[in-house]
Amino acid sequence: MDTRDSIRPVGPVVIDIENITKDYVMGEEIVHALRGVSLQIHKNEYIAIMGPSGSGKSTLMNMLGCLDTPTSGRYEFNGRNVAEMNDDELAAIRNREIGFVFQTFNLLPRSTSLRNVELPLIYAGIDRETREERAAQTLVDVGLGDRIHHKPNELSGGQRQRVAVARALVNRPSIILADEPTGNLDSKTGEEIMALFEDLYQRGNTIIVVTHEADIARHARRTVRLRDGVIESDELVSVAELETVALP
Amino acid sequence: MKRFFYELSESWKIAVAQMRSNMTRSTLTALGVIIGIVAVTLMGTAIGGIQVGFDKSMAIFGDDVLYVGQWPWKNVDDWWNYRDRKKIKTEYADGLNRMIAMTSNSNLAIAIPTSSVYRSVKYMDSEVNNVLIRGTVSDYIITSTFDFKEGRFFNELESRGGANVCVIGYDVADALFPSASPIDKSVLINGQPFKVVGVISRQGSFLGLFSLDAIVVMPLPAFQKYFTAKSEAEILVKVKDKTKLADAKDELAGLMRRVRGLSPEKRDDFSINEQQALKSTLDPIKNSIAIAGLFITGLSLFVGAIGIMNITFVSVKERTKEIGTRKALGARRRTILLQFLIESTALCLLGGIIGLTFAFLMCFLIGVAFPSFPIHFSSGLVLVSMLVSVMTGLISGFAPAWSASRLDPVTALRYE
Repeated sequence: MDTRDSIRPVGPVVIDIENITKDYVMGEEIVHALRGVSLQIHKNEYIAIMGPSGSGKSTLMNMLGCLDTPTSGRYEFNGRNVAEMNDDELAAIRNREIGFVFQTFNLLPRSTSLRNVELPLIYAGIDRETREERAAQTLVDVGLGDRIHHKPNELSGGQRQRVAVARALVNRPSIILADEPTGNLDSKTGEEIMALFEDLYQRGNTIIVVTHEADIARHARRTVRLRDGVIESDELVSVAELETVALP
Repeated sequence: MKRFFYELSESWKIAVAQMRSNMTRSTLTALGVIIGIVAVTLMGTAIGGIQVGFDKSMAIFGDDVLYVGQWPWKNVDDWWNYRDRKKIKTEYADGLNRMIAMTSNSNLAIAIPTSSVYRSVKYMDSEVNNVLIRGTVSDYIITSTFDFKEGRFFNELESRGGANVCVIGYDVADALFPSASPIDKSVLINGQPFKVVGVISRQGSFLGLFSLDAIVVMPLPAFQKYFTAKSEAEILVKVKDKTKLADAKDELAGLMRRVRGLSPEKRDDFSINEQQALKSTLDPIKNSIAIAGLFITGLSLFVGAIGIMNITFVSVKERTKEIGTRKALGARRRTILLQFLIESTALCLLGGIIGLTFAFLMCFLIGVAFPSFPIHFSSGLVLVSMLVSVMTGLISGFAPAWSASRLDPVTALRYE
């Protein structure tokens, strides 16, 4: 057995969702994107959220990422009620607690890797010196120590996604939320990014990957499957972990 | 607060980078503001120039001198009431001086008679037309501010005796004696020879319109001997304390009424003028320039502002995904608002700086081409135009920046 299936201590609850729903108005129709989802995510978990398109997977990700608020239900992030937060409070949560990794990388095209990684630190109000030091260190951590002053168009796809991962990590968030992180990469580069996630997980980060690819989901320790706005299944990869997660 | 500062500097860097990468677009958009700022500056320069030129011209008249004449120094609607007034006579000056001497604590110092006509002045084969010929007394020099390039003013003896001497203005000297000194030469006026004793140094022109240097000044008795026809007399009265000009004016009016022998129920049949009165006649001109300028400026700035607003809307649309990303990374509404406000302001500031450079060059060229035109490019004007640029940027950028700040992060992130 490799380390993947070893028993890991499970930390406190980071995300606690209870029976949340989300309705959208599309024209004259009301779409029920989420119809009552409950989910608990602990510190240092590695979760894949799967589901076909239209399953509510993206909507759930937006909720988890505090980009959107639920129509009904309870959402606590580190014990704080997110459902009732205003835009600025949500922005602060996103800034400090959540590290986003997007399918399309979403780097600022005219800024260097360093400036891109610095961005969340600017919004956190950290001084320039600390910012540059921490951004540079994080780039070294993801293996881009020699690409600090390169702009996105001077980097390969895999390197761009590594910059994005560094940007997600730099503010030491409670969770890393990756939306199809390998969707725009070839399979070999994709595997490299997944190896990076594995490494981050081993170092104690909490990772949530949203994907429709089973190959990618396979890297996670727990898989949550959605269908038609409800959780279809929620499985741990190993029996050993199932026991620990099941503890109150 | 610290965070606000970081966001500010970050926004500024982005704005500059954005302008650089869209140089053509930015410059074209800034064109409206450029034109607006050129208009602002040129208008300001024109008004400032008129003011400076006016003050300079006024200084020649002296601000402590009252001018007694038949006509007031302003446009009058009832000109027929003034036309039939008795002419002012140079003899009044003697009467006034006697009364001033008898009044204890008089606000007036001295009255100087003057009489003027326009004539040609000749020397050998050269001739200058339309020269102001003025007869006066030697004390005239007290009320005037001019210096002498050469020679002197005529003295009391020459003044009383009515000697055929004269002092000539810079233009007259320049035209008749281009290479030699005019001192002790005789010029011909009305066929009479007058010996030149002094040349007045250059006075410039009144508001750049007519020269103050085409002048010949001579003793009053000599003037009266040859130039009585169509001459117009004016009494110059110097006041002791220019802060009490109003009192002095009242006193002078009283004295003039006694000189004219007016009974109390009669109205004044003379006008007491002062430098200030000229200023007030100029104000409507200045105001109409300002209003016209303000209209043009406002219009071009308005057009410029719409351009900036439009391009900022385009920029917001183009960078919707970036806005979404920034929001996901923790940018607050205020941060996004600030970023786009700074972008539109930076664009306007760019326009302002280019506009100011243009205006400065134009002022410089006008100054070179028409040296007599009063040009006044002040640092206050620079400040005002920068302020106007910033305000334009803030106002025109607000609507697009606001819409950017209100974008829903989910929608923005999904935007392609």
